[in-house]
Amino acid sequence: MTSVDVPGPEGPKVTEGEIQHGIVGLYQRAWFNLRTGNLGAVPIIVGLIVVVLLFKFTATNFFTSVNFVNLINESAGTAMLAFGVVFVLLLGEIDLSIGYLAGIGALIVAELQLPGSGHQLNGLLAMVIAVAACAGIGAVQGSIVAFVGVPSFVVTLGGFLIWQGVILNQLEQRGTIIIQDRWINYTDSYGFSPGKGYIVALVLSALYPLSVVYKRWAARGTQIAKVNLYAFLARTLGVAVAVFGTVAIANHAKVIKTTLGLPLSGVIIIIFFILLTFLAKWTTFGRHVYAVGGNAEAARRAGISVPRIRVLVFALSGATAGMGGIIFAAQVNSVALTFPPGNLLLNAIASAVIGGVSLFGGRGEVRGALLGAVLIGTLQNGLNTLNVSNGWIYIITGLVLLGAVTLDTIAVRLQARSGR
Amino acid sequence: MAMSDTPLLQLRGITKTFGSVEALTNVDFEVCAGEVMALVGDNGAGKSTLIKCVAGTHAFDSGEILFEGKQVHIHGPKDAARHGIEVVYQDLALCDNLDVVQNMYLGREVNKFQILNEAAMEHTTASTLKSLAVTTISSIRQPVATLSGGQRQSVAVAKAVQWNSKLVILDEPTAALGVAQTEQVLALVRRLGEQGLAVVIISHNLHDIYETADRITVLRLGRTVGIYDRRTTSQQAIVEAITFGVPTKVSGIPAAGPAEVEE
Repeated sequence: MTSVDVPGPEGPKVTEGEIQHGIVGLYQRAWFNLRTGNLGAVPIIVGLIVVVLLFKFTATNFFTSVNFVNLINESAGTAMLAFGVVFVLLLGEIDLSIGYLAGIGALIVAELQLPGSGHQLNGLLAMVIAVAACAGIGAVQGSIVAFVGVPSFVVTLGGFLIWQGVILNQLEQRGTIIIQDRWINYTDSYGFSPGKGYIVALVLSALYPLSVVYKRWAARGTQIAKVNLYAFLARTLGVAVAVFGTVAIANHAKVIKTTLGLPLSGVIIIIFFILLTFLAKWTTFGRHVYAVGGNAEAARRAGISVPRIRVLVFALSGATAGMGGIIFAAQVNSVALTFPPGNLLLNAIASAVIGGVSLFGGRGEVRGALLGAVLIGTLQNGLNTLNVSNGWIYIITGLVLLGAVTLDTIAVRLQARSGR
Repeated sequence: MAMSDTPLLQLRGITKTFGSVEALTNVDFEVCAGEVMALVGDNGAGKSTLIKCVAGTHAFDSGEILFEGKQVHIHGPKDAARHGIEVVYQDLALCDNLDVVQNMYLGREVNKFQILNEAAMEHTTASTLKSLAVTTISSIRQPVATLSGGQRQSVAVAKAVQWNSKLVILDEPTAALGVAQTEQVLALVRRLGEQGLAVVIISHNLHDIYETADRITVLRLGRTVGIYDRRTTSQQAIVEAITFGVPTKVSGIPAAGPAEVEE
């Protein structure tokens, strides 16, 4: 009974507690994870590489530095919404209102920055107000779920219709509101100068090793402090290559004679990614979110206020939706009746799900949303450059979603067999 | 009985009705520190209801609870925890997706400005499990879902004991376990008593009770039939008390009659 008997392909049969240090441990860990179906982010990164290579050899305008910058600007909004989706899914709930809530965020910001309206505000202040308002709306929706007990599907479906209606009412007559405020437009158009881009890259790529070293130091003498040196070095190198590579490509991107540079939208997404990962993994709130999603009754008996967690998570979902909406509005410098663009709601949920976040609660990571959004963004961008029809883009996105979730389900079954 | 004179927990004349149904009628119950008290009875005898009254989940209609000789009012699980009363429920109440350490500290995480102190939690968990001789868990950082039933039950018990609790109530701790795992949990229950805690074990299984308990309280149809000393009472007598027992009117005293039947 001391060891978990793990069926699966042949390989070193060690249990989790027996994994050694050094390069042998790395190999053992890899086999252990493979046999127990704990694949982490590997499949999605592999998928991303395959997609990129596929488009590199088929599409002429895909593998260019300018398109790379476009890709970041296009994916940023979806990724932002997907961050909120992760927390909602971790609770085992769903939020269908985020697509139009993003529209509400964009609408508020557009209205507040409107010159000559008599209530024109500074763009930064307008964004804070818009995000806060969306958080408030999320909190109200969450309260109905948490205190009244109406299923989140129904509450947020109501929200979906209501906020769509509000946008229609506001924009049907006016058509489009142009956003002129530079701070708002910066969120999806500002590029750092090459020098500044490299400074940002240096800071971002130092954060990962520093956080690991800090955690090791803070938790010295415990199991969580055990870090495989080779895996750590490989990851640090991977992060640095990805970050500096991104900056180098963005610095290389030129439209006519203007260098585009590292897009601010990408940096905003990374900052939110770091903050929300911290929230999920290092704070009591994050721990309680996982607990409620894993077993709400156990959480309640442990003295956790389950309704409070639910309200806060829906508020967070509203806030990220509002922020994502602002980024989308900044992309086109306006808010129009066509907002939100495309299948925003479904893309955001699909991003989180492709990223390995379970629909049944308690399982998933913030990074999944980021990777999922990048994969979906790359796929749709690549298909666009191939001049594929919208119909086929939807069909292919749907197939990728289906494939990713099927893979994940098989992995979970492997995990269940190994008792994970 | 070698227990201290004042029982740690005393219930006097507890009555609880659900609408017109009287679930508990004038029930008396007690448990001393360092003692394992079994609470037995057929389905519907009122065992779970009684425990929920102690845990603060149910409000009772009349009667009183004395803890360490003083009357206390328990209005919820947090009140119970403040007095050092912990309940380990039948369905465990662990989060499968969290690891052992995270479960042990669920809802009471060690934190500074809401930031978790994982190191402190892991150290204490390791020493708690060690003090209870729970040694079969290979890694306390593995998700609870990977543990066997006995290991899970051990974690649930350790979680209850961790908080300087004085009284641990176990609701059917071996209900879903195999033979070896049952022995593992029963050994743990005995160890709790030896460490000076008051333990209440609810079980249908007389074998479990005779393996662990010092005294046995029998409930029938919401009334106390009697309190029996395990060493002087046969299993046959307990079975009779459970099935045909006549409720005693005198509270707290081991009943005459069936209790005196020697093995």
